[in-house]
Amino acid sequence: MARVLLFGPLRDLAGWRERQVAAASLSELRQALTADDADLGAALGGKGVQVAVDQAVVRGDMILSAASEVAFLPPMSGG
Amino acid sequence: MIRLSEDPFDPGALLTAFAQGRSETGAVATFTGIARAERGATAILELEAYPGFTESEIGKIADQARERFALHDLLILHRVGKIGPGEPIVFVATAAGHRRAAFEACDFLMDYLKSKAPFWKKEHGPDGARWIEPTAQDHADRERWS
Repeated sequence: MARVLLFGPLRDLAGWRERQVAAASLSELRQALTADDADLGAALGGKGVQVAVDQAVVRGDMILSAASEVAFLPPMSGG
Repeated sequence: MIRLSEDPFDPGALLTAFAQGRSETGAVATFTGIARAERGATAILELEAYPGFTESEIGKIADQARERFALHDLLILHRVGKIGPGEPIVFVATAAGHRRAAFEACDFLMDYLKSKAPFWKKEHGPDGARWIEPTAQDHADRERWS
């Protein structure tokens, strides 16, 4: 299980902000989210969307643990 | 210090506290950003942060500013949540030996905050809500420092 967090327009699109998802890796997590909501799945892979695992931005795939926090960060607005 | 606040703040009180007890600091510069009404187009500004991550990302730029401008100290306070027109949204204070460094560090930090800081900003107006992205000008301002 990983704790998934959505921010900004992604949260509006999905209609939720936080959810527990069963997945052993980031790619499995993307598959699970896409199976549940294809529009969200496409948006998560959209231009400029960054992924942070346990608050550090990562690129590519990654093994997740039960306590992992995965945040999808759409392009930032600035303050 | 870097802090996010759900509650309104008083820039004057922050400046007073920040400037106190300094004997080697010759200059304190501050910037206060205020939410604009955009002639009625923006009733409420809503700012979302990723608590922990947002402070830590801002902290990296604050460290750059400390080194680049030899700052004695700095303070960044940013509002999150719902903000009404006329309310302060961001406060930056920098302390340095001399004025140029304090002014420039404040300018540098604001250009970063406006273009790159991890916030997601939504404008609520009479025609509904929309998410805002940095303007070309915001990016150009940031480029001045690279």
